[in-house]
Amino acid sequence: MAVKFEPVLTKFIDNPDQVKIDTYIRNGGYKAAEKALKSMKPEDLVKMVKDSNLRGRGGAGFPTGLKWSFVPKGTDKPVYLAVNADESEPGTFKDRLLMEKDPHQLLEGIIITAHAIGAETAYIYIRGEFFHPAKILDEAIKEAYDKKYLGKNIFGTSNNLDVYVHRGAGAYICGEETSLLNSIEGKRAYPRVKPPFPAVQGLFDCPTIINNVETLCCVTHIVNKGVNWFTSIGTEKSKGPKLFAVSGHVKKPGIYELPMSITLRDLIYDVCGGMLDEKRKLKAIIPGGSSSPVLSADTIGTQMCYDALQKHKSMLGSAGVIVMDDSVCMVDAAINLTRFYCHESCGQCTPCREGGNWLLKILESIEEGTAKPDDIDLLLNACWQVEGKTVCPFGEAMVWPIQAFVARFRDEFEEHIKYKRCPIDKDRSIRR
Amino acid sequence: MALKLSEKGQHEVTRILARYPEEQSAMMPLLHLIQEDKGFISITDQLELAKLLRVPPMKVRGVVEFYTMFRGEKCGKYLIQVCHTLSCAILGAHTVVDVIRQKLGIDIGGTTKDGMFTLMKVECLGSCGTAPVMQINDDYYENLTEEKIIEILDSLK
Ligand SMILES: Cc1cc2nc3c(=O)[nH]c(=O)nc-3n(C[C@H](O)[C@H](O)[C@H](O)COP(=O)(O)O)c2cc1C
Ligand code: SF4
Ligand code: FES
Repeated sequence: MAVKFEPVLTKFIDNPDQVKIDTYIRNGGYKAAEKALKSMKPEDLVKMVKDSNLRGRGGAGFPTGLKWSFVPKGTDKPVYLAVNADESEPGTFKDRLLMEKDPHQLLEGIIITAHAIGAETAYIYIRGEFFHPAKILDEAIKEAYDKKYLGKNIFGTSNNLDVYVHRGAGAYICGEETSLLNSIEGKRAYPRVKPPFPAVQGLFDCPTIINNVETLCCVTHIVNKGVNWFTSIGTEKSKGPKLFAVSGHVKKPGIYELPMSITLRDLIYDVCGGMLDEKRKLKAIIPGGSSSPVLSADTIGTQMCYDALQKHKSMLGSAGVIVMDDSVCMVDAAINLTRFYCHESCGQCTPCREGGNWLLKILESIEEGTAKPDDIDLLLNACWQVEGKTVCPFGEAMVWPIQAFVARFRDEFEEHIKYKRCPIDKDRSIRR
Repeated sequence: MALKLSEKGQHEVTRILARYPEEQSAMMPLLHLIQEDKGFISITDQLELAKLLRVPPMKVRGVVEFYTMFRGEKCGKYLIQVCHTLSCAILGAHTVVDVIRQKLGIDIGGTTKDGMFTLMKVECLGSCGTAPVMQINDDYYENLTEEKIIEILDSLK
C-alpha cells in the first residue's frame, strides 16, 4: 500500500486485550482524562477543541468546540451528554469497531467531554441490533467504576460522572439527535422542532450535548497529543484522523483510518485493492453514507474532505463509502435506498411520509419500463416537494440521493423510458 | 409490582429505573428486558408496564409499535434477519434470502412449522464492510456464502 498513515484511533484495534482496562492503561490510556480533570478548566478544554478544528464525525460535520460553547454558562440545571452510537446510516460501520475493540478510548473521551461541558450524566445511545458491542461497553463501564474513573470524585477530583448504555430498538431516525433524545425519554422517536437547540434545551428539558462516538474518541487524542498534532493532519478545513468505512465492489472492504487529504482514487485503488471484479468498471460512489449524493467515476480525483466533496455537490457525511461497479443499475440502486427511507420515515410530516411512497412509485415505473418521458421531471418535482419542507433533515437525506442519481446518470434514466426496460446487463434486481 | 419477570429480571428493574431522572425513560430498557425474558411483549405486560412507569397504556403501546425490534407476538426460536440495503444488496443479499427460503421452506415473514426459524428482511445492520450480512437472534453472521449459510442453519438446533 503506497498510502501510509500511522493510525491513532485504531492503533490497538488488533489487540484483543485492548478491551480490558489494564491493557488500555498500559498502552497510555486514561492519562488524557486525568490531565484534563486535574489540570484543565472546562473553558480551556472548549478552547483546545475549538482550536483543533475538530468537526463532528456523525454526519453533519459541525465544529465540536463551538457546539460545546453553546451550553449556557452557569446554568442551574443539570447538563447531559448523549453519545450517538446509533450508526444506522447505510454504508456506515465505523463506530461499532471503536466500541467493540477499544471501548475505554470512548469512555475516556466521554469523561473529558463531560468535564468540558459540565455534565454529570452521560447516556450512550447504541442501536438495538448492536447487542454485543453494548455488552462490551457495559463491561468497560463497570471496570471504569471499579478504578474510580467513573462515579463520585473521579480521579480524586470534585468531578462526578455516571455513564449508562441506552439501547435503541431498530429505528434509523434515532440517529437524528433530537429523535435520539425522545428515544432516551421513553417516547416514540419523533424529531423535535429546532430551536430550541439541544445545547440549551435537550434531554429532560436540560442543556444537552450530542456527539458521535468517533468525535469523542478524537477528543481523547487531542488532549494527549495537542492541537498542533491534530491540525497537522488533513486539509485546510478537514483536520485530524478520520475513519473511512468502505463497502461494495472493492477487493478489500473495511475500515481505514486516514487523513482526509486522501483521494477517492487512492482509497479505492490503493487502500482497498481496486475493484472486486477487475473485468468490471467503476461506475458510482456514494462517499459519505446513503444520504450523501452519489458521485460518478470521473470524480475520483477528489479529496475525501468536507470542502472538496461539497464542491462536487456531495458531502463527507459519515464517511461510509459505497463503491458500485457497472453491474449496478442506477435506477435500481436509487429504488433500494428510497425503499430504505420510506421504511424509516417517522411519519411525523406529510411531505416525508407521503412523498417517499410517491418517489418510490415513480422510480419503480422507470425501472419497469412503464414510465413516460416527463416522469423524470415529475420525480424531481416530487423531490422538491419534500426538500426543506420537513421537521428534520431526513427529508433531504431521502431526496438528495435521488436528485444526484438523476443529475449524474440522467442518460440511464432516459434509456429506461426510451426502451421501456432496464438497459443494464445485471444478474437480478436489487430493489426489493 | 405486578409485572411478572424472572428473578434476575426483577432485580434488573430497580437498577434500570435508577439510571434516569424520569420513570418513563426506563420504557425501552424494560421493554427489552420483557422481550428477553418472554420472547415477546404481550398486551398484559404492556398494561403492567404502563402502571409501573405511571404513564397511560397508549404511551407503552406507541413505543412498542414505533420500534421494529419490539414484538407483540411470538416468533421462531431463531429469528433470522437478512440485510437487504444497498451494500448487501449489490453483494448478493437476495441470494442469501433465496438460499434460506429454500432450505427452510418458508417465505419472508414466515415461521417453520416446528417453530424453530422465522425469516425477515431488514435494513442496514451497520456491518456493510462484511456484506452480505444477517443477524440471528443477537449474533451477526458476515461475509455470507451459500455453503456458510447452510452450515450455520444446520448448526442451530
Ligand atoms: C436522519 C439522520 C440520521 C442520523 N444518524 C446518525 C447516526 O446514526 N449516528 C450519528 O452519530 N449521527 C447521526 N446523525 C447526525 C446527528 O443528528 C448529529 O448531528 C450528530 O450525532 C452530532 O454529533 P457530532 O457533532 O459529533 O457528529 C443523523 C442525522 C440525521 C438527520
Ligand atoms: S422529515 Fe421525515 S423523519 Fe424527519 S420528522 Fe419529518 S417525517 Fe419524521
Ligand atoms: S447494507 Fe447490509 S449491513 Fe449495511
